[in-house]
Amino acid sequence: MTLLDHPARLPEGAAGPAARLASWDSQPLRYLDEHGAPVEGGLRPDPETLAPDALLRGYRALRFARAFDTEATHLVMQGRLAVYPSCRGQEACEVAAVQALTAEDWLLPTYRDSAALVLRGIPAVDALTLLRGSWHCGYDPKQWRTMPQCTPLATQGPHAVGLGLAAKLAGDSAVALCFFGDGATSEGDFHEACNSAAVYQAPVVFLVQNNQYAISVPLHKQTHAMNLSDKAVGYGLPGVRVDGNDLIALNAVLREAVQRARQGGGPTLIEAVTYRMQAHTNADDAARYRQAAEVEYWLARDPIDRLAKYLTALGALDATVEAEIDEECAAYCAEMRAQFAEEPEYRPDEMFEHVFAEPTPQLRAQRDLVRAEQGQGQGHSEGEGR
Amino acid sequence: MTPTQTARVAQASAAGVVAPPATSMTMAKAINSALADAMAQDDKVVVFGEDVGALGGVFRVTDGLTAKFGEERCFDTPLAEASIMGTAIGMAVYGFKPVVEMQFDAFAYPAFEQVISHLAKMRNRTRGAVPLPVVVRIPYGGGIGGVEHHSDSSETYFAHTPGLHVLTPATVEDAYSMLREAIDSPDPVIFFEPKRLYWSKAEVALPAKTGRIGTAAVRREGSDVTLVCYGQTVPVCLAAAEQAKQEGRDLEVLDLRSLVPLDEEAIVRSVAKTGRAVVVHESTGFAGFGAEIAAKIAERCFYRLEAPVTRVAGLDIPYPPPKYEHWHLPDADRVLDAVDRTMAAG
Repeated sequence: MTLLDHPARLPEGAAGPAARLASWDSQPLRYLDEHGAPVEGGLRPDPETLAPDALLRGYRALRFARAFDTEATHLVMQGRLAVYPSCRGQEACEVAAVQALTAEDWLLPTYRDSAALVLRGIPAVDALTLLRGSWHCGYDPKQWRTMPQCTPLATQGPHAVGLGLAAKLAGDSAVALCFFGDGATSEGDFHEACNSAAVYQAPVVFLVQNNQYAISVPLHKQTHAMNLSDKAVGYGLPGVRVDGNDLIALNAVLREAVQRARQGGGPTLIEAVTYRMQAHTNADDAARYRQAAEVEYWLARDPIDRLAKYLTALGALDATVEAEIDEECAAYCAEMRAQFAEEPEYRPDEMFEHVFAEPTPQLRAQRDLVRAEQGQGQGHSEGEGR
Repeated sequence: MTPTQTARVAQASAAGVVAPPATSMTMAKAINSALADAMAQDDKVVVFGEDVGALGGVFRVTDGLTAKFGEERCFDTPLAEASIMGTAIGMAVYGFKPVVEMQFDAFAYPAFEQVISHLAKMRNRTRGAVPLPVVVRIPYGGGIGGVEHHSDSSETYFAHTPGLHVLTPATVEDAYSMLREAIDSPDPVIFFEPKRLYWSKAEVALPAKTGRIGTAAVRREGSDVTLVCYGQTVPVCLAAAEQAKQEGRDLEVLDLRSLVPLDEEAIVRSVAKTGRAVVVHESTGFAGFGAEIAAKIAERCFYRLEAPVTRVAGLDIPYPPPKYEHWHLPDADRVLDAVDRTMAAG
């Protein structure tokens, strides 16, 4: 038998790629089934992960993430944001990632991870600066140990390697957690990051949110691999496939990976199987490339409903607590709306201030030109620099 | 017009008119010393790239650094330029000062996205909160008999991108001084090392300090024509000026040293004096860096010009193989021919 006729691990009776479409059916690690009941023979998280008050904190965070995401979606429809890529349906990944980290750890978000930013504590009005239409990320990445949201796919992977390697060389225990989407796993930087992280044994956790689509392109057109987590084998990394809509399973898997990284055990590749409930962004039309039935299937696997059912059965969640959370979220969103009601002042001078530590003579001349144009536009002349 | 391939310089050189300079240190060694001195001074300075460890780099520029500072300060990476670049970015965010080596000019292209989209923009994207003090060393240029993909002059791609400083030394002393400055810079620096000059030698006393980033240097004063050049074309222009002197012409040689920031004042000063300019570089002429220089001269010195600005650049062809590259590279004769045309025009 040669490498070429080695049978791929296809489902029984599968004859070709068409039979491999539903990759979420191949059982990722799971604690809760879609009805919120513990799965028989599923993950067995440690007692700390299962502590009801910890789970309730997680539930609040999920509800908060959804409220934020919903409000941001409203804001973009009202023209208050330039664009907004929603994470609806993926909140458990956002929450679990942030909960797995300490304040010293680094988070590397993509454009779809705005919720993770606010979960880390960054004020919404700052976190959405870029998506509002400004040229900067809106917060100090060093203060929050959170890199600017990355737009070019997978390019944040090597940055995570650098942050992790730096922490390792400095003798610190900080870990870098890097988000990717499923589409990003096709990029060269994903491969280079996984390979380099493994070679350096850098304290990095790569969390791929497999939400089944890269804009319109479904996973089966993105990869011929059965599972994205299988790619870990080629890098000599532990690869874990987990239900991305099961907060408990995610918490268990991420805590283990972060702990391994922190203790010098090197990087881990995690594939969280989830679903993008909304279109790619507000500018996208998902009806052109996916069926309503598929969305319905995933709606029934909502990460928030699932945990709510489990917590309710535990007796840790009732109508009173839900009402409290509703109130908290409503207050947060009201404040968010108020903050976005008025546009901040945009000064053209700022465009030139941070290109270099000191503007070059050429940049100073261009700044003066724009200033002069502004002066003419407002019917007065500042008379500077010409 | 004189024939385009005169042999004036070769003949003059054979006659002993252009003497090779006496020397004590190569440019490669000066760069090596700059790295070692910077690493000794600041333990946040780390060097990494392909083959930079035990081998000391394919040009031996990092020779001995791993032995002296350990594998945590100078280390081999996987063969992955985007990862090298991205890792440097992450380490710089954390507080290190990475100096990375791209083994050859054309091998830096896989790192291009990291450089353009992240290295150049991070300070701006974070409103100044995250500067990236990273130096990217790129051996560049031709004339070494390299096979394809080993002789590119890629400076214009980087100079075109806001947020990067782009430097290239032409002398042994500058190689040391400018690299130290690059490592001290709070901004990312693309440091182009003219690989044909790696083994050029000069008497230098280290640590040398030759000026600050963004200043050009007049290598030879003259009154008839300004030769604007950088990197490998500086010795070419000096040879041309030496030959021209024999022919009664007085050429000024301006070594830009820094493409970004560009020392426009030095260019204006020189061209206002001579009234004539020939811009010389190895990279492709079309939309090349010389076009920017010519435009600046036209904008700022138009009424002082005695003749159109002329460019002597690499031909608009893919970099040619070893058997052809002598037809491609600007040499002193081609520069002198351009000088002739410039003088004839006015």
